[in-house]
Formats: sequence, structure tokens, C-alpha cells
Amino acid sequence: MIKIENLHASIDGQPILKGINLEVKPGEVHAIMGPNGSGKSTLASVLAGREEYEITEGSVTFEGKDLLDLGAEDRAREGIFLAFQYPVEIPGVSNINFLKTAINEIRKYRGEEPIPAKDFLKLVKEKSALVELDNSLASRSVNEGFSGGEKKRNEIFQMAMLEPKLSILDETDSGLDIDALRIVANGVNKLKSADNASIVITHYQRLLDYIVPDFVHVLYNGKIIKSGPKELALELEEKGYDWLKKDQVIEA
Amino acid sequence: MSEIATMNVKEQFLSTFGVQDFHFDTEASKAARNEATKRIEGLEFPTSKTEYWKYTRINRIVKAEYKIAESTTTIDITPFLIEGMEKNVMVFVNGFYRADISTITSQEGVIACALSEAKEKHADLFNAYFSKYLPTDEIFANINTAFHQDGAFIHFAKKQKADQPIHILNLVEGDQIITNPRNLIIGEAFSEGKVVTSYHNLNGGKSFTNAVNECFAAENSYLEFNKLQEEDGTSFHIATDQVQQEKSGNFTINTFTFNGDIVRNNLNIAVAGENGYTSLNGFYLPKEKQLVDNHTRVDHLVPHCESHELYRGVIDDKATAVFNGKVMVHRDAQKTNAFQANNNVLLSDDATINSKPELEIYADDVKCSHGSTIGQLDEEAIFYLRARGLSEDSAIRLLLNAFAADVLEHVGIESFRQLIEEKIENGLKK
Repeated sequence: MIKIENLHASIDGQPILKGINLEVKPGEVHAIMGPNGSGKSTLASVLAGREEYEITEGSVTFEGKDLLDLGAEDRAREGIFLAFQYPVEIPGVSNINFLKTAINEIRKYRGEEPIPAKDFLKLVKEKSALVELDNSLASRSVNEGFSGGEKKRNEIFQMAMLEPKLSILDETDSGLDIDALRIVANGVNKLKSADNASIVITHYQRLLDYIVPDFVHVLYNGKIIKSGPKELALELEEKGYDWLKKDQVIEA
Repeated sequence: MSEIATMNVKEQFLSTFGVQDFHFDTEASKAARNEATKRIEGLEFPTSKTEYWKYTRINRIVKAEYKIAESTTTIDITPFLIEGMEKNVMVFVNGFYRADISTITSQEGVIACALSEAKEKHADLFNAYFSKYLPTDEIFANINTAFHQDGAFIHFAKKQKADQPIHILNLVEGDQIITNPRNLIIGEAFSEGKVVTSYHNLNGGKSFTNAVNECFAAENSYLEFNKLQEEDGTSFHIATDQVQQEKSGNFTINTFTFNGDIVRNNLNIAVAGENGYTSLNGFYLPKEKQLVDNHTRVDHLVPHCESHELYRGVIDDKATAVFNGKVMVHRDAQKTNAFQANNNVLLSDDATINSKPELEIYADDVKCSHGSTIGQLDEEAIFYLRARGLSEDSAIRLLLNAFAADVLEHVGIESFRQLIEEKIENGLKK
């Protein structure tokens, strides 16, 4: 589905990603872990199309297309979804109104007719239930006055509405209590299918108790320094990152 | 040297009106004209040195040549109608009333007729209110009083609620046309009424609209007055909106400016009765090299009143907007609550806003605030929306509509509000 090869990215001349290689196939869940400042969020931002980052080397192919060639909106229309670490509050823009616009622009891009109002409302009802998002929240201004948990639930609600092929969850678990974490993870699990895939970026193993990954990658200093099965996450929880960092130094 | 030159400009300008025929005038309305004419003799056009007109150069307006031209052509007014308001449309073309294409549905307790007709037919009302509180030292208001052709006379009788809002439709047909539309709107005690006045050009061309709107909101009345300024990008518009508000009245004025080479609104509201509630709002969207200037003044003369002012604008290209809002809390106006805000979004590096909120307080027990912001759109929000599949254009549109929403919520006529929403959306051409 997505193939990242030797990806280098920098911001303001400062290199952050220094050669990432990663392939995600349909049906797979990949977890990316790593200490602060290792480049996890940068990877998410670069994949979503944030323009502040400069790609200095490497390529990203998504469903056979050169992803780096596309603007943020076209990546979304192709089926990439980024659940933001810090969802933006947009006063005055209603969640529903904006989602309807988003869905219709995605449909237009794919040469489809706009969604009938009735179908849209049905979808809202169904998908907001999935993340136990109150109906009134769905119609309020985007994230305005939402609690941390509500904002993250709203991200998963949007993800459910847009039905992406590849979801990138950027520290969706940060700042969530256990109940909210469970709701968010449940939502993600229910949306999982053989045709879509997820990249779950997290600090903690905790989230991976709920969203079970097929692969775990450790990102450190802009590179993936270790990959393994889901058990790797447990090992990281127990031993921290230092033993890997040491290996890294020796390697270098 | 400038004295003679200015005189010439003024005389030249005034000579345009010499040919008018005011056969419908009564003795009283003639007297009002004559007094205004006399005052004009002692007044000059403002220059850039005139503080009140500092940001708006009117040279191009007053130096142009104009004509007065009554139009009798067949006109299709459907493009200008507002959904749900088609039953009460008073049409003025080039400042002349066109009864043949107007529609007035009789409502109990509502008088809606041409001002020229009201002068005699409703002489008591006309004589009591016409030109009563208009500033005497402003040349444009005086020119309107002296040379106005016609306008709408609207009267909401005591304790009557008008179910249907009234649309005053001002059209300009032809080139270099000057009009002095004059509306007089009276809401008697405990009455309720809503009015929209809109200004458009029919087929391009330059024009100058020098409008005066006088509104009287009596005790416990509930009056809403909406202005839609949508003339051509080549036209000039100067308006004086004079509002007198009595005890426990609720008055709202909303001004929407979408187009016009130079548009200047002078809004003056006197809150003269206790427990009044005043709401004055505006939204402007100048583009290209247009200029929109809103000068507002609220005089709190008595205690226990509340005023809320919200003007917002989106300024594009090389356009300029001016906001000068003055709130005067006079010595007797204790317990006044006055709030004023002006927010601007600049869409281009060449766009200009001059924002000047002013508060003058002479009472010692009041709650007042004012504030002004100038900014760009939130880049983070634009990225967030794009990451959900919206194009950059749609994202900007959505954000600007949200920006306008706080102003639009003051419009009590649902279909008119929707129309303005659409116009804002279409006005953002990018």
C-alpha cells in the first residue's frame, strides 16, 4: 500500500528524518515507537503533506503513486488520514458542515456524485456511535471547547466518516485516560479491515494493548533502528530505549 | 487659491440638481429643502485635512459629472428579489419611485409608500420626523435633504407587529447617474418591523448614491434595519444613517458592503431613552482598489442602556477598509454597557485596514469595552481542513464564513441572512 524508501526530511535546514524505510501492506497495523525527538511526528506530518518540511532525499509511493508529488488535500482524497496529535480548534466551522464538504470533495475527486443528505446523516449517526461521540459534539464547532479526550474521539470519528485506506494515528493516546483510550482503540479496531492499514505512532506500549500491531518499529534519531513483532513493544516497555541506543552507537 | 477652486467644484456639483422638479413638495418639505440649501452655502466638501474624512478622499466623487435621469424602461427586478420578501418590494430606479414594478401587500398597521406621497398624505408624521436629528454640519446629508427626489416612507403603527419585512430596492440604470435616496422609517411604541434596503447597478456604469436613512425607534419598539450595498465596483456611495432610539427600544442595524469604488457609511445612533438595547453590525469585503469606510457613533445619553457593536471585514487585493467607531457615554448615562469590536482579515500583502475604535466616557459607573484585531487566516486550521480532503479554497471559504457568522447572527430575516452568506461565499473569488 505504502512504500517509504530512504526518506530524508529537514525543517529550516535541520535534518530530522535520515533515511526511513518502511513498507505497509493492506490489512496490517504498524506501530512506530521511539523516544521524544526521534522524528515520529515529523514522519506523520511529512506523510500527510505538511509543507514546512523539505524532502531532501528518498521517495514515498502510495498505491503506485508518488505521494510526495501530491498536496495535502490530494493525499487525503487518495485515502490517507492523519489523526492529529493536537487537533486544531476551528471556531464557527461546524464539524458536520466541514465533514460534508470534505466527503463531497473526496467524492468529486473520485468522480462520484455528492452524498445524499439522508445518507450523510445516517453515516454521522452510525459513526459517532462508534466512538461514543455525543450527537451535539458532532454538530458543534470543530474541536472548540472539546476536552482532550473528545478531541481525540473526534479525530477517530472523522476517520470513520472518511474511510481512509491508510490511517496514521499520531500519538492519539497521549493525554487520554483509560476509558477514553479504550473508546478510541475500539473505534480504530472496528474500522480495521483486510483492505486498509494503519500506522500507529505512540510513546507508550499501553495503546498497543488495545490496538494490537503486526509490526513494531523503533525510530531513533531519524532512522528505524529496530523492527520486530508485537512482543518488541513489551520489551521496550520493560527495558526502555537505552539498550537500543547503545547498539546504535556501536553500529555507527 | 483652494477657496476658489473648492467653490467651483461645489457649484459645479450642485448645478446638476438645478433641473429637478419637486412638484410633490408641501410647504413644510420645501422649507426643509431651503434650510438645507442655505446650510450648504456655508459648508465645503471635506478634504483629507478634515479629521472625520481623513482616510477617505472624496475628490474623485465630487469632481465627476453626473446627471439626474428618470427611467421608465421595463426592468426585470427578479435577480434582486429576496426570497420570501417578494410581497413587499418598493422599487426606486435612479432615485425615482417606480410604482409600476413595486409590490406592496397591505399589512395591518403598516404604511409603506413613497416619501413623495407621504409628504402630503401623512403630513403629520412627515413633518414631525423628517430631518429632525440629521447632522446639520455634514454637507452630504444636507445635499440629500435639499435635493432628494424620493425614497421610502415606512411607518409601523403602535402595538403592531409587521409580519412581512419590507424591501426597499434601489437600482441605478445608466452612466454617471446621481441619486439622493431618502428613507424615513418610524417604529411607534410597541411596534415591530424589519426592513432591508439594497443598492445595485443595473448594467454597469459609474454612479454616485448619496443616501440618507432616518430611523426612529419609539418606546419599546423592535426595529431591524439591514443595508446591502452591492453597487458596481465603479460606483460611489455615501450614506448617512441617523437613528433615534427611545425608552426600552430594541434597535438593530446591519450593514453589508460587497462592492463599490468608494463606500462611506456615517452611522449615528442616539440612545435617548433608558433601558434601550442597540445592536450595530457590519461586514465588508472590499477587493481590487475599492475603499469601504464605516464611521459609526453611538451616543449614550441616558442611563441603563446597552449597545453591542461588531464590524468585521475581509480585505483583498489592494483594497482599503476603514473602521472608526465612536462610543460616547455622556455624563448622565450611568450603568451603560457598551461593547465594540472590529476584526479584520487581510488576504493580501497590499490590503489596508485603518481601524480606530474610540470610547469617550463621561459617566463613572459604566461597563465598556472596545477592541480591534487585524490578522491573517489561521494556517494550522487551513492545513487541518486540507488534511481532511478540502481544497485550500474551500478551507479558506469555510474559515471566512465562520468569521462572518458572528455578524450574520444579528440578521433576523432568515432568507436575507442566507443571501448574505451566499454573497460572502461568491465574493471570495479565489
